[in-house]
Order: sequence, then C-alpha cells, then structure tokens
Amino acid sequence: MARRILTALVGAAVMGIGAHAASAATLDDVKAKGFVQCGVNTGLAGFAAPDASGNWSGFDVDYCKAIAAAIFADGTKVKYTPTSAKERFPALQSGEVDVLARNTTWTINRDTALGFNFRPVNYYDGQGFMVRKGLNVKSALELSGAAVCVQTGTTTELNLADYFKSNNLQYNPVVFEKLEEVNAAYDAGRCDVYTTDQSGLYSLRLTLSKPDDHMILPEIISKEPLGPAVRQGDDQWYDIISWVHYALIQAEEFGVTQANVEEMKKSTNPDVQRFLGVEADSKIGTDLGLTNEWAVNVIKAVGNYGEVFDRNIGAGSPLKIERGLNALWSKGGIQYAPPVR
Amino acid sequence: MAIGVTTTPEKSKPSGSIINDPQVRGIFYQVVTVVILVTVIYWIADNTIENLKRANIASGYGFLNGRAGFDVGQSLIAYTSDSTYGRALVVGFVNTLLVAVTGIITATIIGFIVGIGRLSHNWLIAKLSLAYVEVFRNIPPLLVIFFWYSGVLAVLPQPRESAALPLNIFLNNRGIAFPKPVFGDGSQYVFYAFVIAVIASFFVARYARIKQEATGQRFPLLWSVLGLVIGLPLLTFLATGSPITFDVPVAGKFNLTGGSVIGPEFLSLFLALSFYTAAFIAEIVRAGIRGVSKGQTEAAHALGVRPGLTTRLVVVPQAMRIIIPPLTSQYLNLTKNSSLAIAIGYADLVAVGGTILNQTGQAIEVVSIWIIVYLTLSLTTSLLMNWFNARMALVER
Repeated sequence: MARRILTALVGAAVMGIGAHAASAATLDDVKAKGFVQCGVNTGLAGFAAPDASGNWSGFDVDYCKAIAAAIFADGTKVKYTPTSAKERFPALQSGEVDVLARNTTWTINRDTALGFNFRPVNYYDGQGFMVRKGLNVKSALELSGAAVCVQTGTTTELNLADYFKSNNLQYNPVVFEKLEEVNAAYDAGRCDVYTTDQSGLYSLRLTLSKPDDHMILPEIISKEPLGPAVRQGDDQWYDIISWVHYALIQAEEFGVTQANVEEMKKSTNPDVQRFLGVEADSKIGTDLGLTNEWAVNVIKAVGNYGEVFDRNIGAGSPLKIERGLNALWSKGGIQYAPPVR
Repeated sequence: MAIGVTTTPEKSKPSGSIINDPQVRGIFYQVVTVVILVTVIYWIADNTIENLKRANIASGYGFLNGRAGFDVGQSLIAYTSDSTYGRALVVGFVNTLLVAVTGIITATIIGFIVGIGRLSHNWLIAKLSLAYVEVFRNIPPLLVIFFWYSGVLAVLPQPRESAALPLNIFLNNRGIAFPKPVFGDGSQYVFYAFVIAVIASFFVARYARIKQEATGQRFPLLWSVLGLVIGLPLLTFLATGSPITFDVPVAGKFNLTGGSVIGPEFLSLFLALSFYTAAFIAEIVRAGIRGVSKGQTEAAHALGVRPGLTTRLVVVPQAMRIIIPPLTSQYLNLTKNSSLAIAIGYADLVAVGGTILNQTGQAIEVVSIWIIVYLTLSLTTSLLMNWFNARMALVER
C-alpha cells in the first residue's frame, strides 16, 4: 500500500514533465513510432483480456485496433498496456499511453480536474446487482439485510451507500481493494450480492465456478457512460478518437459490414460514397490528418459497431448482453453519430 | 561523532593549524550534516507544494469534515455513510486497536504455553511445540492471514446451514453469531455487584498473601476469587428478577438476524496475528527461561517445591526480566502487522484511510495521519512495557 502511494507521489512529481513532453501532436508521435499505445483493463472478459498466447481481444481492444486501422490501415499496430483502476489515470496523464480504452466512466471530475477529454460514449452502462438464484430475489428492493461485496475506492461503493440509504434498506458492505479478491469472496459465499457496472457483472459471472447459479437483477442504480479518454490539449487526436467511434456507428446505420465494405464502395448512395471516401475530390480523411480511406480501413479491421458489440459482448459472445441503450438511435437505443459530411 | 573519538591531549592544540584541530573538525562536519539535512527536507517540502499546486490538489485537513458517503462493514462506534471522513478514520482506528489488543493478549497466552511446552520433558509436547514454532515463524504473516481467511470461508457452512453451537451460538461463513445481552431495568445492580466483587477480590488476595507469609498456609485464592467475581453478580441477577435478557440470533432472509456477530475478517486477522506472533513469543519465553540459572531450579527442587510451582514461582519471575524487552518488539510488530487487514477487507485504519485517499485524493494528509497514529500507538505500547519492565526489574537490596 505504502509503496503504491509512494509511486503515486513520485508519479505526480514527474507528471509535470511527462505531460508537457506528450502534449504536442499525438498523431505525429504515434505515426513516428509506428503503433498506438493503448491503455486497457488488466483482464475483463469481453472488454479486454489476453488469451493463452498473449493476444488481446474484447470490446475495448477492438477500439484500439480501430484507431490503429484508421491511422496505419493495419489493425495490428497496437501495443497494449494493462492498467488497474488506480493506475489508469496516471498512465494517461504521464503520456505512457496514447489513449485509454478501459471501460472508464465519464465524470465531470475526470473530464476537468484530471485533465482528460471524454466524448463518444461507446457503451452506456449502469451499476447493477448480481445474486444467487437460490435466494429467490427478483428485485434490488428485496435486498435488505444482505451482505454486499464491492470494490473499495470506486464510485460503485458510493452509489451503493446512496441507493440503500435512499430506499431505507439495511446491508452489510464487504469491501476489498482488488477485483480478484472481490470475485473470490463472492464465489466463496462471503456475500449474497455482488455490485459493479452491469457489463462487468455479465463478464464476471463467466469467471464464477457455477455461472448458471447466479442472476443479474434488473435494477440499474447509476449512470456509467463508458468511453475512450485522451489527454486535454490535443484536439486533432481527440477528433480522431471521436470519429473512429462515429464511423463504427455510421457503418452500422448504413449497413456497411466487414464482409461487404469493398462492395459498398460501389454504392450509388452519395452518403455512403462520401463516408467511404470514394467521392471525387474527397477530403473526408485528410482533414483529420488521415487518408480518405480511413473509415474503410476501420471497418475492414473490426467491422461496424454492431459487429464489434455482438462479437465481444453481445449475442455472439458468451456474455450475451442485450443491446439496450447501446442500440442505434433508429432502433430504440441512444447510439447516434453526427453526420459525416 | 568526531568529538567522541578524539584522544589528542589538550596541550598539543596550539601546535597545529585550525584545520587539524579535531574539535573544530567535529563541529564542521556536524554543521555540514545539519545543513544538508535541512536542505533536503526543504527541497522535498518545496517540491511537494509546487507539484500539488500544479496538479490543482487542495491541501490541508479540512476534507476530514466532509461527508464520507461510503459504509463500513465492521464498526464498534456509531457510523453511517452520512458521517464525516474524520469519523470514518476513528472507526478504522478503533478496529485497529481492537485487533491489536485482543491479538496481543491471545498471542501472549499461546506464546507462553508453547514456549514452556518446548522445554517440557514430555517428548510429544516438546516436539509439537517445536513444530508449531517452526511452521508459524517461517511463513509470511500475509499467508497466515490468507490461510485463516480462506479456511474460514471454505470450511464453514453457508448461513442457511449454520452450525448451531450450545448457548444459541451459531457458526457460518459470515462469522460467529451469539446472543446479545439486552440490559433491562435493574441490570445496573448486577454491574455494581461485579465491581464490588472485583474490589473484594483484591482484599482477598492481600489477605491470602499476609496469611501465607505469616503461617505458611496456602489459601485457595483462585477458586475464591472466581466464586466472588461470578457468584456475586449471578446472585444479584437472580435477586433482582433477571433484568438482563438475550437477543438470540434467528434465521433471516439472507443471514441470521439479531444477536451480535463477529465477522470472518476480524476472526481470521485476529487468529492469524495471534498464532504468528505467538511463535516468536514462544521463542522469547524459551530463551528467557533458559537464561535463568539451572541452580535456581535445582535449589527449588532441593527445597521440595513441585516442578509446576518451581516454574511458576521461581523460574518465570526471573525469566520475565529477560523476556519483557523483546516481548515489547513483538507487541509492536503485531500492531503494525494488523495493517495487513487490507488484504482480506477488515476495515482497519489503513483500509479505511485508503478508501478516503481514493475518494478525496488527499494522499499526503492521509499518509501523515497513518504515520502519526501508528507512531503514537507504538510509542504508547513501548512506554507501558518500559514501565512494566521497571517494575519487574531485579530489586537489589
């Protein structure tokens, strides 16, 4: 503990120098070194997790790949930096990573005081509860008297206290510093309830000894908009990160997929032509500091938003998370892209 | 330092230049050391303030009055999420104190038993004690804590299959639940009776000593004191019409409700610290007893004192003088090791402080509070033990 704090203090002392050096054009730095340094989770199935041979995959990882594809036309030019909840912000502040794609909640404090920029929300999440099916609980309001496992030092811990207090429910918090410790304690039956972001619960359920014995309650008690974050002060880089996300959304809206993207270039629809950079005298990519084919490269690398979602966390994955709020705006969700024009 | 080593006679001073004067040199080096120290401290402080300013982090202890917003699982004092950060720290401090004090008492008892056991003439007892010491002394305390914690969680039953022990005590993986006394009208008399019994016990003990010194007859002190301390309050309890009732734990929806509960986090930390430190205390006790001259034991035996009494009346009092100073270090170690609580989620000072640090970002302030509290705790323990040592020291006549 003490050592970690010391590291944080030393880190804070060095921060001034580090942040200064990295504040110039991140895009030029990235192009010069030939890869994107991407901060991801240390291991959250479906979002970012390495396999046995060290290859990363997941929803957040696909965003890293999409960014690399937009810049280099090659989704493999990424290096991953696994970060814990505490390490993630210093890693971005100091310039150790170029972008943080680590299921991180966008809050005003992080957007301002910590010196980051969040814009596109790539996953609308909220805090939820997981319980054992054997308890016959159908709603979070029936949880009075339960022991609740939670990770300390998170917004989750505060939301939990507020929710139980405002609903006049009693509970017994069982807090741990590390995610692995919370998982182990819940799995061993130390608590009746596990609370964290709902997407996290779906992912964590898979790691339990008997996933089918557990269910996730319908209540969502907080707003947790997750998305990639970059340092303040580099608008070009910020634009690229934002528009990579919008391109994924736009592709899904147009029906452009990994499989049909070459074919769609021949589309007669002027919107699609403009989006894919085949319009005559296009400046759709050069204005961003990229090639006009950048959106095509992104889709070739990872597919559209719907494909990324389904493959990693949706119907085509073991997590089977519903699209819900993350459906396109035209299909009852709130995922929406500004016009590509 | 340089002053201390000088052996130059006073009269040789005028012969050399001032550079060769050991006294001047001594002062010079000391001044240089102080200047370097002050400069380094100033540099650290200045750099810290500068960096805090740049990072827009407010400093000062004002945040302690803010609303904490988080709950703490185990608390001996009233605390809710509406309490202040300062109050949360006090909750953590009380929890640290609780585990330290109970751990020290238990470790001392186990340590003395095992330490004396190692010197036993009984082969099995001696070897068992040896095995105990070698196993617990050679495992890092954190592993001992994990051992007990996973042991508690893995072995004990789920709440719905709680193991029922006598006296309405229940054991499950949420801890030990036991009946909580509810003090009704008239229960204060039981308390008064207890206080009177304790005071009376002192007089009985004095009487026993005077009697033995005067006549050589031994008085059954232990039994009479036990009878007093338990019997008198019990009689009062019955006479006042049983004013104390018990709130018994009953099965609730998730866990047992009612009664008092000692959580598995406290239990495993307490057991681990006690057993771990006891191994060291056992060795200290053994060394202390070995340090008492064999002639003392032989003299006692020659006088016809039984072996058990020889240990208790002749050997241990003399061994205490050797035991107490290193014992103090073990007590301090136990107190400091209690900060390993964070690994299993026991809400001690470091765990609660860590949460506050995360929520407020006041790293320097929280760390300074930790340092001051542990320092105060350790120095107080040291002071008490030094006082005890002075009392036990050899009184020379």
